[in-house]
Amino acid sequence: MKTFEHYAPDSIEELLEMLKSKPNAKLIAGGTDLLLQMKQGTAQPETVISLKNVEELRGFSVSKNGYRLGAGMTLRGITRSNELTQNFPGLVYAAGVVASEQIRTLATLGGNICNASPSADMVPPLIALDAVVQLVSNQGQRDLSLSDFFKGPGESVLKSGEIMHSIFLPQPSGNMIYSKHAPRKFMDLAVVGVAVRLAKKNGKINEARVALGAVGPVPFRAEKTEALLAGQTLTTELMLEAGEMAAGECVPIDDIRGSAWYRKRMVKVHVRRNLETLR
Amino acid sequence: MKKIISFNVNGAKQELYLDTRKTLLKMLREDLELMGVHLGCGGGDCGACTVLLNGEPVTSCLVLAVDCEGAEITTVEGVQQNSELHPLQQSMIEKGGIQCGFCTPGMVMNSLALLRENPQPTEVEARQALSGNLCRCTGYAKIVEAVLDTGKTMTNSKEV
Repeated sequence: MKTFEHYAPDSIEELLEMLKSKPNAKLIAGGTDLLLQMKQGTAQPETVISLKNVEELRGFSVSKNGYRLGAGMTLRGITRSNELTQNFPGLVYAAGVVASEQIRTLATLGGNICNASPSADMVPPLIALDAVVQLVSNQGQRDLSLSDFFKGPGESVLKSGEIMHSIFLPQPSGNMIYSKHAPRKFMDLAVVGVAVRLAKKNGKINEARVALGAVGPVPFRAEKTEALLAGQTLTTELMLEAGEMAAGECVPIDDIRGSAWYRKRMVKVHVRRNLETLR
Repeated sequence: MKKIISFNVNGAKQELYLDTRKTLLKMLREDLELMGVHLGCGGGDCGACTVLLNGEPVTSCLVLAVDCEGAEITTVEGVQQNSELHPLQQSMIEKGGIQCGFCTPGMVMNSLALLRENPQPTEVEARQALSGNLCRCTGYAKIVEAVLDTGKTMTNSKEV
């Protein structure tokens, strides 16, 4: 590993100031991705800025409109939150299937997002919940729908000098569930990750979200499938059709975890199963 | 770059002048000679290097030592009470949860974190909690048995 300078600012202001003078610095939150890259030599930062002392990033607040989760909340912290378990059981479930207890102690919500892995477990559930991320820099802040945050594998719209501050979740309507397809129940990356949220009124679906992970360069919403479901009554035929359509919307690759062919089929299965659970 | 870092390890204050590249794992082994912290995969997959950081289990191979300023760290060396083995350690011996012993310190530390939070876990809970600790000898059954047995015999969670 190459030698690097290490700083640990205490506040957002100090952090942003530091980032301005050291634009190539790498931010370390949990470090479970960055440290691995540094050990392997795929990341060789000259400066590492730790987010550990920035208390503000670990905040969690509730307002009339929704919930604000600090980007520095750990995944373990999310799984232990009664408030989140009550209101977003699907999101808490997703946090609990990432890696292991030890990794979840370190790994943060913001890190899971900003690492921009197509298979990040937190992302499809957050997209299905209409999450809005707040990015801050010296120039101010901007709010962005999470589905517009990713540009490609490992790439996001985060600019130099900008950090993810928090993730806003509006009051949930309907139920959201996430299912992860992987050979092992734990300690594995998703071959396919499927989050589905349905809000129903008088027996009909009035809002549908289908968010897919690990089946394209970025996690994304299967909008045609959502449109197919909206306004309909959930029948067995519709669930099968939705599965087919979602499989058609994804653009997976062949890799060590699964072939594109297999991934499409697993999307079909998981979309249908999740809809069945939500019926 | 080097930095002065102070923290608490197994109840004793430490102040060290460390290379920023040093992981918590290497610091514990090389600077404090706590050889119960084992280096397995070095990538957070095997759990052999598990220690408690402020009471929570972490893979110490994925933590920078310089990020531990002010932290409370517990390794397997700090688990025994009044020079007697912790009931969990005793149970690991009695149930045959130890064979080659390489995974044992990590298993003990992660199980300890589980038992402190959930003194009487179910088998499923124990297996889930230990999913980040690999063992190539025991087949896990005896380790899980040891954890469950400790939970049953220790009625007072404060003792854990």
